[in-house]
Amino acid sequence: MAEALTACVAAGGEDAPQLEVRDLSLRFGRGCPACLREAPAFEGNVCPACGTVHAVRAASLEVYPGEIVGIVGESGSGKSSLMRCVYFDEQATGGDVRARPFDGGERNLLDLSPQRKRAVRNQVFGMVYQNPHLGLRMGFSSLSNIAEAMIASGERNVGVMRARGEGLLERVSIPLARATCPPRVFSGGMQQRVQIAKALSANPPILLLDEVTTGLDLSVQAAVLDLILDIRRSSNVSMLVVSHDLGVIRMLADRTLVMLSGRVVEQGLTDQILEDPQHPYTQKLVSSLL
Amino acid sequence: MALLSIEGLSKSFTLHHANRRIQGCRDVSFSVEEGEFVGITGKSGSGKSTILRCIWRTNVPEEGRILYDSARFGMLDLMTATQRQVVYLRRYELGYVSQFLSALPRQTAFDIVLRSALDAHGASGEGPARRETERMLRHFGLGEELWGIYPRTFSGGEKLRLNIACAMIKRPRLLLLDEPTASLDNASKLKVRALIEQLKGEGTTMVGIFHDLEFMEGLCDHEFNMQEGMMA
Repeated sequence: MAEALTACVAAGGEDAPQLEVRDLSLRFGRGCPACLREAPAFEGNVCPACGTVHAVRAASLEVYPGEIVGIVGESGSGKSSLMRCVYFDEQATGGDVRARPFDGGERNLLDLSPQRKRAVRNQVFGMVYQNPHLGLRMGFSSLSNIAEAMIASGERNVGVMRARGEGLLERVSIPLARATCPPRVFSGGMQQRVQIAKALSANPPILLLDEVTTGLDLSVQAAVLDLILDIRRSSNVSMLVVSHDLGVIRMLADRTLVMLSGRVVEQGLTDQILEDPQHPYTQKLVSSLL
Repeated sequence: MALLSIEGLSKSFTLHHANRRIQGCRDVSFSVEEGEFVGITGKSGSGKSTILRCIWRTNVPEEGRILYDSARFGMLDLMTATQRQVVYLRRYELGYVSQFLSALPRQTAFDIVLRSALDAHGASGEGPARRETERMLRHFGLGEELWGIYPRTFSGGEKLRLNIACAMIKRPRLLLLDEPTASLDNASKLKVRALIEQLKGEGTTMVGIFHDLEFMEGLCDHEFNMQEGMMA
């Protein structure tokens, strides 16, 4: 973090973002003249004329080195869809995504060949899904899960992979005695921690975290949050964190975006979003906080 | 040149659900020289917190200028500074202390301060950060018996001192004190006064807001009173 911010200063406070998303859209359906205009007249994200679902609409964001950016919004607001487009789990309908660690941010990642996209997934991004079933092979040992990710990023030395895998599992507090157990037999919290270890295995410069603490008990949640901040401090990773839990966002994110019906309706410093929200929806959301 | 100079600062809050606008502060101007302590008093709702939160940028200021002489960026208007610049300033140059503790759950008092130290001076390594954490905790009267405890169970005064330790370990150029004496008993208030006296003696530049200034009497270089959003 310190180094990243020093670099930020050298550049007059305007250093280059690690991840830059411009006007990203995800649409299910063809769209029609009524809903493809810049400011369509309907509320929500389903076009009443043609039934097209606008999951993400012209969303833009940037994540700087060592920064944690949060995305909040109600279920169906498009926050996970946005993240899934960045990770190529969904094919974005349009937009521009650039990652500095990949090629200096030269090319729009959405235009890459499937093969290059796979390389970006394996080397640039680490993804942690809300549902560990999406990120892990439940029947293989935890170490194998981690090794799989390392092989995908080009590692071939078994000794190196074992040592690093054990180190990562230790870091996420999985006892070594359980390293060869498949995640299938783990509790939800342990599965989530194995997933985080797997996401970290290729040393990705950018982590994508989708509702990582949702469904975990408070004690495990505290441990996972602690781990995330520890990762940021020690390896200067940039993170995009999707959560509908404002408490989690308050603890983690430097800056936060608020999404509603597929659009980013407000973005700012996290405490500003929570204490002095400007948009009517953000005000409603924040005042729902327990 | 003043370290901080505020010119014609105004801020109101739009409450969409009630279709109302609430005035925070109106046309506030003052400046703070290096090493000075400026105290702001006023009743609840007089707009004094709004001023402090505009400087810290928790509140989005509307009109005026908040000129801050940054060590890194030079003279900077905090009204228009980028979010990224504000994140930097919060980490390295500004401190904010309130009576509330905001930290990750299940962290010991020692770890909370250590993290703050690592955030600001992580580059110099964990060893020096640990030693500095020990020094700070002792400096602000938090004895070793409290270091390994989760601060949930701390008294108001102890939480406040922990907050001050967290802020001061970053050696901020400007410290903002948001009602540090609220909800403390008289004995604790006197301790806070002594603490502020100590910080002032060490050359810390501070802006503090207080319910009543009697406890701060003789300590402030300048003080003013807020009434209905304006400087009285």
